[in-house]
Amino acid sequence: MATTVHSQHNYIKIFVILSVLTVIEVGVTFLGLPKMLIAALLITLAVWKAALVAMHFMHLKMEKRTLSIVAIIPFILCVFLILMLLPDIYPK
Amino acid sequence: MSEAVAVHGGVEPAETPLTPESWGKLGMWLFLAGDAMSFGGLIVGYGILRHASTKWPVPAHVLGINLTAFMTFLLIVSSVWMVLALAAIQEGNKARFNKFLGLTILGGAMFLGCQAYEWTHLINHRLPELNIFFTTDLFATTFFILTGFHGMHVTGGVIYNTCVLAAVNRGRYQAKHVEIAGLYWHFVDLVWILIFTFVYLL
Repeated sequence: MATTVHSQHNYIKIFVILSVLTVIEVGVTFLGLPKMLIAALLITLAVWKAALVAMHFMHLKMEKRTLSIVAIIPFILCVFLILMLLPDIYPK
Repeated sequence: MSEAVAVHGGVEPAETPLTPESWGKLGMWLFLAGDAMSFGGLIVGYGILRHASTKWPVPAHVLGINLTAFMTFLLIVSSVWMVLALAAIQEGNKARFNKFLGLTILGGAMFLGCQAYEWTHLINHRLPELNIFFTTDLFATTFFILTGFHGMHVTGGVIYNTCVLAAVNRGRYQAKHVEIAGLYWHFVDLVWILIFTFVYLL
């Protein structure tokens, strides 16, 4: 029982963090920073939020490693996809 | 691995990679991995078309982000309700489970309502004002494909969760089925977090 109460407390904590990060994300776009810096900040925040959802709500943090490996594969493939398309994006 | 054993009360032997209790979850994760590639392909395609285009409007100016920020918040809240519903059914608290899964479904339905409003507004008012036609404009086309593909997932999730709610109350589904449905729902939330960033904010 004690663990359940603890985990619920944890869910609310993650929810608060996700909400704060969303507010920061929207706030960052209004700061008038250089474009590349904004892009870097936004992507970092988005990946951070996605990781929080996967680790805590989808329980990857306490699951067997096999499921984490399955989860990480599409991200690796997407990075591959971008790398393979780079010659088309920046033709010589 | 020892942590996993402690969490599950030592039910699952540590030396086997996956036990039958995990097979359902593994199946859902494999589906989600494939689905993530669909979204990944669409998002990467969006990025490349945008990079290659000479004229691309600032998305936030065309789309507005107040409503979408609220929609992001809705999906996050709905995800939290989903984990609370799972925690409730794991404790065997059916009333609490019904309440939270009901709220999860409501959150998803509200998200769809907001998206329907957003689309109607864009198609009928905002885009014609700016001389953008979604049949010919790359920005509008990619926007509708990406958010539409995600919206279909939310629709599926709302139907899926409703079926789970009914099946649990008829005694056919247990906590493990709710957990698998939860994986799908959190995935839809996770993808929206990325779409909100790449399509609306960037």
